[in-house]
Amino acid sequence: MTVKELVVISGKGGTGKTSIVASLAALARKSVLADCDVDAADLHLLLTPEILRETEFIGGLVAETKLDICTQCGKCAEVCRFGAILGNYAIDPLACEGCGVCVRSCSQGAIRMKDRVSGRWFISDTRFGPMVHAQLGIAEGNSGKLVSLIRSEARRIAEEREYSLIISDGSPGIGCPVIASIAGATAVLVVTEPTVSGIHDLERVAELTGHFKIKTLVCINKADINPENTKIIKQIALERKFIVVAEIPYDNIFTRAQMQALSVIEAGDGEAVSNIRTLWEAVKHEIM
Amino acid sequence: MHGKVQIVIASGKGGTGKTTLAVTLAARYAASGKQVALLDCDVEEPNANLFLKTEIRVTETVYTPVPRVDEDHCTGCGKCEEVCNFNAIVLIKKRPLVLPDMCHSCGGCVSACPEGVIYEVQKEIGTIEEGYGDHIVYAGGRLKIGEPIAPPLIKALKSYCFSADIRIIDAPPGTSCPAVESLRESDCAILVTEPTPFGLNDLKLAVGVVRRLGIPFGIVINRSDVGDNSVVDYCSSENIPLLASIPHSRQIAESYSRGDIIQGFQEIFPDAFADIMSFVKQYARSGKGA
Repeated sequence: MTVKELVVISGKGGTGKTSIVASLAALARKSVLADCDVDAADLHLLLTPEILRETEFIGGLVAETKLDICTQCGKCAEVCRFGAILGNYAIDPLACEGCGVCVRSCSQGAIRMKDRVSGRWFISDTRFGPMVHAQLGIAEGNSGKLVSLIRSEARRIAEEREYSLIISDGSPGIGCPVIASIAGATAVLVVTEPTVSGIHDLERVAELTGHFKIKTLVCINKADINPENTKIIKQIALERKFIVVAEIPYDNIFTRAQMQALSVIEAGDGEAVSNIRTLWEAVKHEIM
Repeated sequence: MHGKVQIVIASGKGGTGKTTLAVTLAARYAASGKQVALLDCDVEEPNANLFLKTEIRVTETVYTPVPRVDEDHCTGCGKCEEVCNFNAIVLIKKRPLVLPDMCHSCGGCVSACPEGVIYEVQKEIGTIEEGYGDHIVYAGGRLKIGEPIAPPLIKALKSYCFSADIRIIDAPPGTSCPAVESLRESDCAILVTEPTPFGLNDLKLAVGVVRRLGIPFGIVINRSDVGDNSVVDYCSSENIPLLASIPHSRQIAESYSRGDIIQGFQEIFPDAFADIMSFVKQYARSGKGA
């Protein structure tokens, strides 16, 4: 069985990605969930996962100076391009990229590279299926590598337990973690909103999914906030051959559901809920 | 205010109102006669100028160095592949292949090559746009589509507009490299959040980052009436100054959607900035300025 993977992204933050992912999880009943927004993961707040396995994530390397051996020659500070060598020749771990150039420059052998524990990742069970998620450490980098790890674990679980669908919650933006979360996916669902910034960011996401040649679906959330802009979004979608799979009106059920740690689908009914159901049918039709 | 100040507007969660606060605060300072610079460091999705509407006068392209190998003189020794900690050079049949998207521009391969046949070329990573409005200078980064690494562009952007009295940095969401790069060297931070479980969870992450960087900070709660009291309780238990609570307003949401937030915001919430401005004032560095 081939495993399909739907990645939900947005460009602009706060458009409702995580609420949509939890709702799709509730409707799919049988899917593997992956929270690829490792910078600011929130899906666990709706799916209340029971953690079965927890593993340290080694994101890369970080330099460390043995100050008792260091002769303060200053060579490391000269070669480091990241401003990571502090005044006393200790290393600023927040600035260090882990390249190791300083280690090779040091005539005294006073600097070494060590593993950098950049976070933790988890395999869990939720009421809608297995979930792979993570917590990046405070101010840690290399989120792209962690996203790739989460996706490959989600895929492994899906294949082993014969799940046909992975639903991933992506992060805002178009940089490293987003690129890592969409590369090779079956389709991307962009959750946008009819605001000037929503449109602007949608266009940039559209260029990105075009760049990687990934099938793109669009969901317009809070569609009634600005009907003119909703029309503009539909026009953009048409021009780029994206499929608009749903328009969801502004509804505080998104917030109410969040307060109860539920998906929107579980929190009540109304137009927003029925439009999310339509969204799921359309997504199924497009990718399964 | 005496002296200059760099304020960073940040949040863990996206869509909490960072840009709204950044542009309205910039306009508020400008109205009081200050020279204000707004630096849009959300280079993946720069939105501030959709609201500021300054006319872009200058666009500069930003580059980062990446290696290129003079293949005619390469012996295929593999030293470059060995020293690269980012897997940005791989040897295929004794020929080095450079993967520029993986490269962190550390220069390690260049100095490691025993033949001296690796040199650096400039790769475009994005642009910086500069515009001028009423007492506001705008500079914003725009990451090239498909380019994964934002921090060098943010770093370049932060060298702009140093002459302003007040530099307002609009940071990207999240807590990793781009957010950290945007926050660095600021005199104070304002974290914008929502009173919801997502808002609180991501706020705690952002607080962890600003504390680790040693930046004094306060909190603004946006759409303060949509959720519960948990953020207010968190602020008081952690002794974090709560600088403003801005209630949800459908009217503001609609004017935001059209891109004209600045005037409407000041009309509806004329007092929103009082505590923010007196908080910021404490962290102004002495020296020349207004």
